[in-house]
Amino acid sequence: MMDILEIINTVLSKNGLITSFVFVGCIVWFSYFLSNKLTEGKFHGSAIAIILGLLFAYLGGTYTGGKQGVADIGLLSGVGLLGGAMLRDFAIVATAYGVKLDDLKASGIAGVSSLFIGVTLSFFVGAIVAIIFGYTDAVSISTIGAGTVTFVVGPVTGSALGASSEVIALSIAAGLVKSILVMIGTPLLAKYIGLNNPNSAMIFGGLMGTNSGVAAGLAAVDPKLVPYGAMTATFYTGLGCLLAPSILFLSIELVY
Amino acid sequence: MVIYGVALLSFCMLLGIILGELLGRLFGIDANIGGIGIAMLLLIFLSDYLKQSFRLGDITEKGITFWSMIYIPIVVAMASKQNVLGAVDGGLIALLSGGVAVLLSFLLIPVLSKIKK
Repeated sequence: MMDILEIINTVLSKNGLITSFVFVGCIVWFSYFLSNKLTEGKFHGSAIAIILGLLFAYLGGTYTGGKQGVADIGLLSGVGLLGGAMLRDFAIVATAYGVKLDDLKASGIAGVSSLFIGVTLSFFVGAIVAIIFGYTDAVSISTIGAGTVTFVVGPVTGSALGASSEVIALSIAAGLVKSILVMIGTPLLAKYIGLNNPNSAMIFGGLMGTNSGVAAGLAAVDPKLVPYGAMTATFYTGLGCLLAPSILFLSIELVY
Repeated sequence: MVIYGVALLSFCMLLGIILGELLGRLFGIDANIGGIGIAMLLLIFLSDYLKQSFRLGDITEKGITFWSMIYIPIVVAMASKQNVLGAVDGGLIALLSGGVAVLLSFLLIPVLSKIKK
């Protein structure tokens, strides 16, 4: 009997990516089942699947103490590959197939301005919260602000400015909160904010910027909107890395 | 051939990321600027161009559309590997700054949506 369990365990671990297809397939099936039974399909199955995924990630993190959610559990390590940046970006690029260039052009100006507004707004929200909580040095304030932009911009800015590792960890946490709230909040709020066309999807991508948040948020609203939001969001982290340690930091330093 | 579609998609992604890295270097930062966005534009232009000069077959197309359809399961896997514990453990500063930033950004969407050309 033990042998069988051991064999199953070895096979599932060795074929991690394949195991992850079964794992995700089950989550998606169960989510659509819940969506149809409980909400008559009104709350999108993929939104439930993403929330369930986050819940499993939380449980996985509590169980293993790692940072990769369920992917830290040996059996499910393949989820790390399936849900990693490489395949995610590959699939995002694929969604661009069939995008109308006219739609992109029509929202170009709104998209670009949303990028600048999004980065600056998030930075200053994070900075103000840091100030309220008693931080008084420009480096820490800017690093927490940068983390609120995305959890990539936080550590990039923090190490460029020489912030303490505690503040950098905090900035990553702020970015994580943002990306998870975008994942959960988008399907709930989409219809109230008119997020149902390529133009608002591009603005959404530019304002939120978190790649994972935007990717998951739009997937749960309407997969057709994914390429538009992803298009602007992909410039967000780069712009943040450009602005946060330079102009935005200097503006904080002027005051402190 | 289905591999033509997959190869075209892969080529666009790699070229886009390389250009994004170069753009980052140009600005002197250690980050990729818009690599995936550039890759998407490349795919849009190249597939459009190839469609005009010689037909991109149905099966070739499936090499791209498959990945576009497997997108949601990938996103579910991505959600399952997030550091949710880290976000929750970040305390009040992380929750407040992330939360308020998301809320304000959501409120701005209808405002900015009015900008047209």
